[in-house]
Amino acid sequence: MATTTMPDHLHPTLLRLATAGSVDDGKSTLVGRLLHDSKSVFADQLDAVERVSRDRGLAHADLALLTDGLRAEREQGITIDVAYRYFATADRSFILADCPGHVQYTRNTVTGASTADAVVLLVDARKGVLEQTRRHLAVVALLRVPHVIVAVNKIDLVGFDEDVYARVAADLAEVATDLGLPDLHTIPVSALEGDNVVDRSSRTDWYAGPTLLEILETLPVADDPGHEEFRFPVQLTLRPQEAARDAAHREYRGYAGQIASGVVRVGDDVVVLPGGRRTTIAGINTADGALAEAFAPRSVSLRLADDIDVARGDLIAGASTAPEPTRDLVATVCWLSDVPLSKRSRVLLKHTTRTTRAIVTQGKKITQSVLRDILKAKIEQVEVSANDLEGCYIAADGVDMETGEVKNEANHALRPVTKRKSAGARKGGDLGGGRCGSAGRPARNARWRRVSSGREHGRR
Amino acid sequence: MSTLTETVEKPDRRLTLDHLDTLESESIHIFREVAAESERPVLLFSGGKDSVVMLHLAAKAFWPGPVPFPLLHIDTGHNFPEVLAYRDRAVAEKCVRLEVAMVQDYIDDGRLSERTDGTRNPLQTQPLLDAIAHHRFEAVFGGGRRDEEKARAKERIFSLRDEFGAWDPRNQRPELWNLYNGRHRPGEHVRVFPLSNWTELDIWRYIAREDIELPELYYAHEREVFERDGMLLAVGPVSRPHENETVVTRQVRYRTVGDMSCTGAVESDAVTVEDVVIEVAATRLTERGATRADDRISEAAMEDRKKEGYF
Repeated sequence: MATTTMPDHLHPTLLRLATAGSVDDGKSTLVGRLLHDSKSVFADQLDAVERVSRDRGLAHADLALLTDGLRAEREQGITIDVAYRYFATADRSFILADCPGHVQYTRNTVTGASTADAVVLLVDARKGVLEQTRRHLAVVALLRVPHVIVAVNKIDLVGFDEDVYARVAADLAEVATDLGLPDLHTIPVSALEGDNVVDRSSRTDWYAGPTLLEILETLPVADDPGHEEFRFPVQLTLRPQEAARDAAHREYRGYAGQIASGVVRVGDDVVVLPGGRRTTIAGINTADGALAEAFAPRSVSLRLADDIDVARGDLIAGASTAPEPTRDLVATVCWLSDVPLSKRSRVLLKHTTRTTRAIVTQGKKITQSVLRDILKAKIEQVEVSANDLEGCYIAADGVDMETGEVKNEANHALRPVTKRKSAGARKGGDLGGGRCGSAGRPARNARWRRVSSGREHGRR
Repeated sequence: MSTLTETVEKPDRRLTLDHLDTLESESIHIFREVAAESERPVLLFSGGKDSVVMLHLAAKAFWPGPVPFPLLHIDTGHNFPEVLAYRDRAVAEKCVRLEVAMVQDYIDDGRLSERTDGTRNPLQTQPLLDAIAHHRFEAVFGGGRRDEEKARAKERIFSLRDEFGAWDPRNQRPELWNLYNGRHRPGEHVRVFPLSNWTELDIWRYIAREDIELPELYYAHEREVFERDGMLLAVGPVSRPHENETVVTRQVRYRTVGDMSCTGAVESDAVTVEDVVIEVAATRLTERGATRADDRISEAAMEDRKKEGYF
């Protein structure tokens, strides 16, 4: 690394969070409040919001205008697509993905939540847990977002009533247990008036917990790579030969990638999948120099002790903890395309850095009871339309898929795309995303993995 | 390989990357994905700080090899001379090929006409799209950051442009995890934004940490300026004061670098990169709000230009 003279407080960690909620839960208002009260809104942005609010005859600045940046959104007063905002406190930088609430834009919410360390979900205290709340929590569970914070909003409109809050919180805890969400926090807030967002409210003295910002500042950013298994999807080979920027590196051959999980050290025994050849790590390189060890999510280049065939799409893993390659996968997919999924669909799967052809061998009803309850209207269909959660079996050609416990998430992301234009699908369009596990196990025992799934049309 | 002499650094015991290292690794991953999957990428390079940081990251991503794609500069003809000089130095140092498309050529032969307000930033779109079509570039790296502007805040890291170069903000592709989809039909291309998640302050902290050279005008210096629409514009061949505008000498620096006729300077004492980091951390104005006349045209000025194929 380059040397640095910055004091420690200028080395904040980075937390990625996403917001979700039903229509009119006040989500954009909450985001606006968070940005405003953490002093992350610039004067000219606030001037613009105040000017537009005045033009619309509003008494107060409409903080939702800070994130609804598209013309269509401002005209309709709704959020259509994810808006990314950035703010920082002394200890932490935040990337905030403000996601839409409308059912028809769920795919954008999936996009926004997929990279999140934490999701802030809004619930209207007057309405409690709605179908869309359950849907969003199911998406969050499917994407394996580590932390969920539910802001029970508009607590001012129920007179700051502890009983109302307690009922909603109990309902949420039940859904969270059913979905297997690992970490759920609930907070009574008023986004409009600012209660418990950044500053503690004097009107909810029955609530002893932290404010929203306090939670966000103290959540662990990511799993400790020290407790994960090493996974390194190869992006490309760096072999400059005569083009090397200095003569000493003409013979260099390194495999470039971003460590998906775990730690790698020089001298570690590794295996290259799917070939299965074993070797050891001869060097860990960056443009700033060699490292003795590196951990996720650093981008590095690895040199191997033996001259073996390694190419893009291969996975370098710890020799004793390597996954078992498989061709048969079971996937739970959030289907994002308007083109329905059906049995025998040909898809392209993108898994880490490998894109592979696959066939859907069986459309399977979801076996997890909670998902079935949530989606009871759609679950009996083999073919499903956009934005449904769908369990399906996919046979993939040459995917290295883990069969054991899921220790790392990045190795399970699959993203199928259409191969040619057909029936309203754009070529290369995305069809869905979700997680998969080996089909060799009963689904209820399988830990669900990340998959993104799409479809290849045409040739049979 | 044994010829390599390597100084091995002490391992980091915290096992948490700080936020600049996290952003750097994310950007390097993006560069490598595009280089691995796209036939003809190109990197938009103006000599502005964001494109300079992009080039720095690209050089790191492919070390010890060269940057495996050319640079493209859409030259408005309204350049700050020190930025052009910097551009040519940077290109020589990194041993990359530079393609230049000149807005002036389009004006000279009548394909474009000068706007009444004199600004040429919006005129860059046509030369940009023509250059992409002519060179059949499939992936175009842009230095856009989501914190810059509210339309940019909505854009994916991989953003599909149709055969007219247009962005369809209401129908963007899903983008899950770090699995990017750059597939497109012939004639279409993708814009790729490796700095999507960086803020202006991140860029400056990174420039400080990595000791990256920038054009001098990013640091405080004396300059003849005049005030127009609340901005300080430099006196130059393409930005002359009107009769009622007084020329004064001020200590200024630039937060953004673009068309000289519509890019404003800010008064500043920030002479060093550390000074700039402190100044940016304390600022209460966005960089575009403070310095770009062309973004003030309407509530949706940037969205409208992006839909037509702008950066």
